[in-house]
Amino acid sequence: MSRLLAADESIALTRVQLALLPSVSVIIGSLVPLIPIIAQWPVLPPLGLMVFLAWRLLRPEIWAIWAGIPFGLLDDLISGNPLGTSVLLWTAIMIALDMADNRMIWRDYWLDWLVAAALLVSYIILAMTIATLATGGWGLEPLLPQIAVTVLLVPFVMRFCARLDRWRLSL
Amino acid sequence: MATNRSKRPGFSRRARFGLFAGYVAAITGALVGFGLILIAIFDPQGFSSIRGGVSDLTAPVSSTGRGAVQGAGRVDDGIGAWWNAGRQNIRLRNELTVARRRLIEAQATELENRRLRQMVRLIERESDIVVTARLVNSSATSARRFATIFAGRGQGVEPGMPVRAADGLVGRIIDTGRSASRVLLLTDRSNIVPVRITRSGTPAFTTGRGDGQVDIRSLEAGSNPFERGDVLVTSGTGGIYPPNIPVAVIVRVFGDTALGSPLANPGALDFAIVQQSYEPPSEETGLAEADEISVADDE
Repeated sequence: MSRLLAADESIALTRVQLALLPSVSVIIGSLVPLIPIIAQWPVLPPLGLMVFLAWRLLRPEIWAIWAGIPFGLLDDLISGNPLGTSVLLWTAIMIALDMADNRMIWRDYWLDWLVAAALLVSYIILAMTIATLATGGWGLEPLLPQIAVTVLLVPFVMRFCARLDRWRLSL
Repeated sequence: MATNRSKRPGFSRRARFGLFAGYVAAITGALVGFGLILIAIFDPQGFSSIRGGVSDLTAPVSSTGRGAVQGAGRVDDGIGAWWNAGRQNIRLRNELTVARRRLIEAQATELENRRLRQMVRLIERESDIVVTARLVNSSATSARRFATIFAGRGQGVEPGMPVRAADGLVGRIIDTGRSASRVLLLTDRSNIVPVRITRSGTPAFTTGRGDGQVDIRSLEAGSNPFERGDVLVTSGTGGIYPPNIPVAVIVRVFGDTALGSPLANPGALDFAIVQQSYEPPSEETGLAEADEISVADDE
């Protein structure tokens, strides 16, 4: 029995080790708004969520279903959106993907891109809606460049995460 | 590729319980997130201390790289400038000739002003500068337009104080930390600034568009007071922003509204100036024709 428990613990340990690099990559993605530019448009894509999603699509097991809570909280603190926006939306995305996984039978590159793009675009629009609920000023036009860049960048982020994944497993 | 269904727990009771607990945690977390949003809606200043603390932590990080990109200025501006180089060149040359003429007129007016003020013995009150500091980063992924300024409560900065540069208005402080604060930029869609047209003194207000420009609306219904090239300055109405800070120049007119381009470019600023928030003298508030008096306060 004790040997079994020890084996269980070492599995848990390796899981933590394996999730370390992906977690760090999501955190770095969320910290991107700290780069010293004063943007007049929302010019940068939501990189934290993009990396988070890319890992989720690459390795469906990698995040616990509640992983959007801590990562989302960090993203909210940095991004300037009202506190709770990403906590709510990232968790909703995790739950939606989990439900979709139980229904979808086939997946390929294009479908992954489509799913990621749809989720990211809804995230950008919903985050803007939440940010303007208190102050007013709902409007889509300023977001269009950001949406375009985000959708086009999805395959690159996925490829980047796949590279990181290969490196992580060869360590 | 067939989808991975290994998340199914099978018959292991422990695995099933773990999965269930995960869902409970996730849904609870989502509800807490929703609660936080509700708090943010009904009490916008509720989390300002947390925000201020985060600014304190992140400002030094961004500040180290700020010098390197100072010369680069505004990224989107650079791309736009390449795109429109030819047209812009012609337009700018035309504007320059007009501006030269205006400058001479302005110098003459300035002289006359000074003489008149001496005559009526009004002493212009200089707005008090609280601190001069760098803008270090901005909310580049969000739909809101915030920037972080590297000065906080320690330097006397308080929420509501106006932030300006030599060229014009930048925005106002909304959250303060000990050593860094957040600035709501002029171009944020929720930032409304009362202004007047320098040419005619007509009162108007600007609203940010979230894309680096501002919408301008007149306060007088049914009139078309705007012309291309009109310069707008703050009117001081309602407080916060002291009067006569340059705000924007009108680039396009649509009937009784207009599109303006802010005069201060936060992306290219070396330093921004935080000023005391302005309180209009009590006898002036409520007067629509404040523009002649507000040039010089009688304090």
